[in-house]
Amino acid sequence: MISWLAQARTGGMLALVAAIALLPLALSNNYFYEVAILVGLNAIVCIGLNLLIGYAGQISLGHAGFFGLGGYGSAILSARYGWPPLAALAAATAAVGLIAFIIGRPILRLRGHYLAMATLGMGVIVSIVVSTEDGFTGGPDGMSVPPLTLAGMVLQGERVWYWVVGALVVAAVWLAQNLIESPTGRALRALSGSEVGAEVVGIDSSRHKLLVFVISAVYAAIAGGLAAHYSGFITPGKVSFFHSIELVTMVVFGGMASTFGAVVGAAILTTLPQALTVFKEYEMVAFGAVMMGTMIFVPKGLVPSLAMMAAACHRPVRSRGSDR
Amino acid sequence: MSLLRVEGLGKEFGGVRAVENLSFSLAPGMVHSIIGPNGAGKTTLLNLLTGIYVPTVGAIYLGERELTGRPPHEYAAAGVARTFQNLQVFFNMSALENVMVGRYRHERCGLAAALLRFPAQARAESACRDAAAELLAFVGLGDYLVARTDAMPYGALKRLEVARALATEPQLLLLDEPAAGLNPTETGEFDALIGKIAGRGITVVLVEHNMRLVMGVSDHILVLDYGRKLAEGTAGEVRADPRVVEAYLGATVH
Repeated sequence: MISWLAQARTGGMLALVAAIALLPLALSNNYFYEVAILVGLNAIVCIGLNLLIGYAGQISLGHAGFFGLGGYGSAILSARYGWPPLAALAAATAAVGLIAFIIGRPILRLRGHYLAMATLGMGVIVSIVVSTEDGFTGGPDGMSVPPLTLAGMVLQGERVWYWVVGALVVAAVWLAQNLIESPTGRALRALSGSEVGAEVVGIDSSRHKLLVFVISAVYAAIAGGLAAHYSGFITPGKVSFFHSIELVTMVVFGGMASTFGAVVGAAILTTLPQALTVFKEYEMVAFGAVMMGTMIFVPKGLVPSLAMMAAACHRPVRSRGSDR
Repeated sequence: MSLLRVEGLGKEFGGVRAVENLSFSLAPGMVHSIIGPNGAGKTTLLNLLTGIYVPTVGAIYLGERELTGRPPHEYAAAGVARTFQNLQVFFNMSALENVMVGRYRHERCGLAAALLRFPAQARAESACRDAAAELLAFVGLGDYLVARTDAMPYGALKRLEVARALATEPQLLLLDEPAAGLNPTETGEFDALIGKIAGRGITVVLVEHNMRLVMGVSDHILVLDYGRKLAEGTAGEVRADPRVVEAYLGATVH
């Protein structure tokens, strides 16, 4: 059993690495690379958000706020104050972690719908600040962002960015998987199972909620900063309430409490609108139909449901074998 | 020297006194039972003794340490573990993982060690797994190591909560109606399990309606009625107490 678990864990990682390594064979032009990079950046946010929503059972409808703060923070520090972009990205990420820590303390006392409202409010505030503080942010028009430099080399071009983002997705998955299989990760999962049950075995629930909130905010901030430097431009659109909802939808669609599910959810919901352009003006209708269908027929999300189906297919085969 | 001492404990819910002016102490290494008619305040008392409720008045000491007003996780850290009458199993985890969560306060690790999975962390993880498997076998759930908790029968889930509580390595284990909903055979098995737990030197507090179970295993019984202490003593003493008979049967004793 223990070796089997190890296999499932390493097996998933190998599949992810292989997919990222082989994908360029199917990417025939820069546009496809661009979509793949977008998938990767969304996947990083979703891996973090899944730790919060899927594993720890807390909701956030404001994560686009952290994504945007990471992006704008890094953009403002590098464009307006001349910081080296990598230092700006690191500082913005740290600042977002601190902000999440400060606002997480009061709002994580709330539960369920009330927590959803509070995080939503937080996201809306960030969105308003970003669109109105045009001296810093360029307002609704957005601002341009200098490219990322790494050891004197300018990161430019879709191909270079593809490998950078690909490596970061692998790292993000690996860290999240490690966390989940540690005592801290089990404590987080226990919170979503039964908060009082977790408390009575010695788990400080508020401390753990805050921890996972900060971790998920940091994941979002890193992706937001990278997105800004990659595209060379940032607008308030990425900070909007709709983007927050999109991110939560990716997590739920791919499968709650499944790190690989978060990646799959980000991949499908980022590429689906591109694929659905054949429906022309009915594109959004088709998109909505796909989502409703998924929630009705695979309510646990894509990856967990497929894993359960695979397990169910396995079992009868084995029992039939033993009958004979 | 008592393990747990309660002084003048009271809990009010909007004017209703669920527990009132309660004082008692529990000697270590014994099986104690708390009994009383429905609504006597037994479950409220258990919630007070684990920090889930904060008492309106009074004080709770574990050994020398006062725990009054502390949150539940600090009671756990001090060595108080419990099970629940209405199960609080982590249904999103396997049986083994439920017990591994119980090891939390002995397995705590730094965030960096957890994220980067240091080799020592990986070794601790497998030791934790072994310890949890051993505890599942101890409570008689050896067959449920990899079981999904949502597919386990009710009686097994009750034992799973016991294993999880034992995993915290408590000084004091509080069992809230462990026999409720169990058939006579299962109740008998629980009786034996309580004996085995007490044999490990853990002080057990049993809140229970099943008198056969209570009278059989208890060294000391505390009887509550309307949130107040009605009587306490050994099984024989309590059974002979006319006030207890009256509370249970409603008879006036002449």
